[in-house]
Amino acid sequence: MRQALIAATAFALALATQPVVAQNKPAPAATAKKAAKPAAAAPVEEKDAATVEFEKFRTMMEESNPAELFEAQGEDFWKSIRGPKQVSLATSCDLGLGVGIVKGAYVQMPRYFADAGKVMDAERRIVWCMIEKQGFKEADIMKQPFASGSYTPEPTSLVTYVAANSKDMKFAVPLKDPRVKEVYEIGREVTNHRAGPYDFSCNTCHGADGKRIRMQNLPNIATPKGATTAVMGWPGYRMTGGVMLTQQWRMGDCFRQQRFPQPKYVSDTITSLLTYMTANANGATYKGPGIKR
Amino acid sequence: MGSPMKIRAQMKGDVADIKILMAHTMETGQRKDPKTNQAIPAHFIQQFSVEVGGKAVVQSQTGPSISTNPVFGFKVKGAKAGDKVVVKWQDNKGDSRADEATVA
Amino acid sequence: MDTLRRTVLKGASASGVLVAALAAGLLKPTQVLATEWNKVAFEAKDTPAAMKAVGAATAAESKDLKLTAPDIAENGAVVPVDVSSGIANTISISIFVDKNPNPLSAAFDFANGALPDVSMRLKMGQTSIVRAVAKTADGKFYTASKEVKVTAGGCGG
Repeated sequence: MRQALIAATAFALALATQPVVAQNKPAPAATAKKAAKPAAAAPVEEKDAATVEFEKFRTMMEESNPAELFEAQGEDFWKSIRGPKQVSLATSCDLGLGVGIVKGAYVQMPRYFADAGKVMDAERRIVWCMIEKQGFKEADIMKQPFASGSYTPEPTSLVTYVAANSKDMKFAVPLKDPRVKEVYEIGREVTNHRAGPYDFSCNTCHGADGKRIRMQNLPNIATPKGATTAVMGWPGYRMTGGVMLTQQWRMGDCFRQQRFPQPKYVSDTITSLLTYMTANANGATYKGPGIKR
Repeated sequence: MGSPMKIRAQMKGDVADIKILMAHTMETGQRKDPKTNQAIPAHFIQQFSVEVGGKAVVQSQTGPSISTNPVFGFKVKGAKAGDKVVVKWQDNKGDSRADEATVA
Repeated sequence: MDTLRRTVLKGASASGVLVAALAAGLLKPTQVLATEWNKVAFEAKDTPAAMKAVGAATAAESKDLKLTAPDIAENGAVVPVDVSSGIANTISISIFVDKNPNPLSAAFDFANGALPDVSMRLKMGQTSIVRAVAKTADGKFYTASKEVKVTAGGCGG
């Protein structure tokens, strides 16, 4: 873990000083490697029969999404007096629209928070509030930040509740704020950064149209359409394992799949990626917590 | 005791459309814990009942091949807005849970 | 089928008594539901044995029994299935997945206005026939089936 943190930090620092390198093509070396599934897949039609079939039933699944169970749990956490400081988030946590205001907050994050001096995505902000306002210990939250089996971390339920309260609202990351814009640019650079044993970057898989892994199409996060696909449905109820997972998990797991050291939970690196992707989806309507394969 | 269910019941014509989300692991008993290599014991809802307006309408028995966090949908004719919907489940470890909602 | 018989569906009074008894702490949770779980049927290793255990050793194919499920499931852990019976006096519906270790997934009894129409989500270990069996009030059984293909995983959205 310690090694991963150092590596991730060094990685983020390195990026901040690197020039932007346009690299939208898949790494040529990758195609030769056996495990390099995403890059090895040839560009395909975006909608084949299987995709159409998945979508047909996807709508049905979304109508009754177990994510609602976690949303209810999150609402309870949000409104209850909790933590060493015995205070509720509803009366102490500002998600950017004023203390306790949940409606519409999710689609306007990441944003800059003056009290923290940082740009934060929704989950990071919730964790910050739990630590700063409620007095929870950071180390305890970091121990197991993602769902596994029947265990669901509190921030996961909370972010599901907050996200559900932005359903049918448009993404509006405040990119006019220069502090947000700066983090957005860092996020763009992170997606270009090639490293790891396969010499992958985010853009190896997500920087061009028409790529897929096995049965799934991979969105091009540089485009509004692809970025919308990428941020839609998070937080999501994962059918595999039956757990609720967040964008923080998704980003960390992308790093794992690239064989990178995983960035720290609620770190600058993840916020920068979420800022880049969510802002690229600005204007699209968020459909609420989703269901993922 | 289990976590709360989410129950939605809505009139569509003279039929109440009932959707039930249950929070349950529905462990099959066929998986192994990757860390300990021990079989994870089966843990699943075995029975549940649905009552609408005080009348038992559905009685169900289930096995562990129902998906984790089960979702069921039923249609009940003759129900009306305001009717109380009560769902009760019981699992193989003797745990049980009852929740209710109102037909909208 | 006997154990699935509508022993619990005696109407409001019976269940009302049950709730009251429960509230008074007279009953243990295991006694909340009056029927006995059909262990023999749920633990049967193949569909014919499981069907026999619910009393449906012979079931006639029927077009009036509609089974809706995807041709290809996105994820075998969550396969949406809907069964709706147009057969008059259908009082119960059971669902089987032939290739699952224990094919019987669920059995439902309907009463007091409940239509023989149920949607659920099933786990499927592999590509298999999914089968619905409907029982009518006069003790006859009907069946409908569909193959559902289960695909390999991707990276989870």
